[in-house]
Amino acid sequence: MRLEARAAPSRAAVILAPFVAVLFTLAVAMLLVAWAGAPIGETYALLFDGAFGSRFAWSETLTRGTPLILTGLSAAIAFRARLWNIGAEGQLYAGALAAVAVGGLHGGTGFDLPASVLFPLMLAAAALVGALLLLVPTFLRTRFGVDEVVTTLLLNFIVLLFVSMMLDGPMKDPTALGWPQSVSLRDDLQLDKLVPRTRVHTGLVYAVVLAAVLAFVVRATTLGFETRAVGANARAAAFLGVPVTRTMAIVAVISGGLAGLAGAIEVAGRTGYVTLDMSPGYGYTGIVIAMLAGLHPLGVVAAGIFVAGVLVGADSMSRGVAVPTYIADVIVAVSLISMLVAMLFARYRLRAT
Amino acid sequence: MSAADVLAIFSNADFWSAVLRIATPLIFGTLGALICERAGVLNLGIEGIMVAGAFAGWLAVYDGANLWIGVAAAALAGAVFGLLHAFLTVSLALSQHVSGLGMTLLATSVSYYAYRVFFPNVSSPPTVKPFAELSAIPIPILASQTPLTWLALAIVPVIAWILYRTPLGLALRMVGENPAAVEGQGIDVVRLRTGAVTAGSALMGVAGAFLTLSAFNAFYFNMVNGRGWICIALVVFAGWRPWKALGGALLFAFFDALQLRLQQQAGGIPYQLYLMAPYVLSIVALVIVARRATYPQALMKPWRKGER
Repeated sequence: MRLEARAAPSRAAVILAPFVAVLFTLAVAMLLVAWAGAPIGETYALLFDGAFGSRFAWSETLTRGTPLILTGLSAAIAFRARLWNIGAEGQLYAGALAAVAVGGLHGGTGFDLPASVLFPLMLAAAALVGALLLLVPTFLRTRFGVDEVVTTLLLNFIVLLFVSMMLDGPMKDPTALGWPQSVSLRDDLQLDKLVPRTRVHTGLVYAVVLAAVLAFVVRATTLGFETRAVGANARAAAFLGVPVTRTMAIVAVISGGLAGLAGAIEVAGRTGYVTLDMSPGYGYTGIVIAMLAGLHPLGVVAAGIFVAGVLVGADSMSRGVAVPTYIADVIVAVSLISMLVAMLFARYRLRAT
Repeated sequence: MSAADVLAIFSNADFWSAVLRIATPLIFGTLGALICERAGVLNLGIEGIMVAGAFAGWLAVYDGANLWIGVAAAALAGAVFGLLHAFLTVSLALSQHVSGLGMTLLATSVSYYAYRVFFPNVSSPPTVKPFAELSAIPIPILASQTPLTWLALAIVPVIAWILYRTPLGLALRMVGENPAAVEGQGIDVVRLRTGAVTAGSALMGVAGAFLTLSAFNAFYFNMVNGRGWICIALVVFAGWRPWKALGGALLFAFFDALQLRLQQQAGGIPYQLYLMAPYVLSIVALVIVARRATYPQALMKPWRKGER
């Protein structure tokens, strides 16, 4: 058996790939559920119900999906240019911290500025620190040839320790006894609820609009073309006059900025303050979402909601049957790998030799 | 904090014992990653494979197995994930970055899932009796180490010898530089690379086992805590050479042990700054060596038979 390149990528295979990958993943997860000794049918029914089975389930899934769409977009745009940004987790935390630094109730009141001024400043600050956190590794790669995978990964640990230091120090909420928690965001800077009596907030609108904008950028602008060219072959792109370094820098700003925004929106829409466990790996999960979406921004919205559903559904399912909630992380990991393989068959076919 | 205080730290044998102890998982992990990369395959699964090794080794010993069987179980767990990574990146020639991250997510989540299946309701994990110190050996510092540290030190010359003095090592280095030339010699590129990634991943598994069977005595969540990523940085720092990998691991462990001591002695400075030091140091080291780093030429380049 060997792989043989198709003359052109199979359109049917490209569209079918995510579905095949997800079905395969659910089959693998079934084995793990059986191993835990739980009834498979009931487990999946509970998982689905917990994710999409009711108004409440949908609202929780969409709430969880909001940061995931943003980190998914962050990974998608970076991976298109083959800029391996594995640092979205740190960029998210940095953005969250920046948001509270600008809009928090420091000294009980915070900055004496109207919300109409402070709100855009808050988002800009979050996007800026996220962007800077990725610009440094990008610069180290283009200037010195340092692999950005390792530097962005290591920066995640550094940022998290920095956040921990801030939560012990200048940003500490004096009223939170013992728990490392930042001061709260000003009430008038918090995002409105999208649906009354749920946790879904207008951050979801920001995420979807940004996805649409990004879809336009990658499809119909010079930057989108240059990103693709740099990702396909940076040297060839340079020969054709594509400004490779500049394109990388712009992609880094967009990708890091989106991850930083994810942090700010999570604070403004859901938590209201920064804690050290506000993101259960949204940055890493974003990579999986980007891959499931085939790096397409609109696909990221769908994949983000799907993955959020798995996470939320698994939480609620594990309260009903004896299946550990970590099944969700296994499903996310297996779907990444099976998506990778499924996409391969869009470009190659298997031939018996 | 004066110079005398720092000197006092250095003149304490416990400090140097700690350096060796901290270095041990890094030596295993860095050598494992080095073998994979010398064959042309980046293995970002290391972080998760260390988790799987830590879990498998501990579970085997908890289940009544001998400590060395536990180490073997950890190596086996590592090898299984290595084989999967090799299938994806070598046989199917998929992206080494994405597959490696997938391995880390998969190995970590499967370990955590299995832990909860075996121990649904425990708040702290049951402990095992870990490796004892080899105190019968009358060499200071080494006498306070466990057998796994000795093993780590012993495999450095073995791997250096295999890489530079045997036909297998020559083929392995060559397949990381120029797979087409290896193919021309009638050697199967896929088999060679698969073997290297599997063996390297087994070492990563042992690195994890050191944590649960030697450094600590139970399996905790987040216990690997970025050590795998540090190993990936150390391989670059070491210029893909086994002896330099040992040197890099020891140097890194030296600074890590130092920050732990300073953290205990000096007040006033937030402890997080000390904990950041190892990660900052790794990045600085990468920048310093980057200019003269000679990556294996075929690293991260997918190879398909008959394709150029």
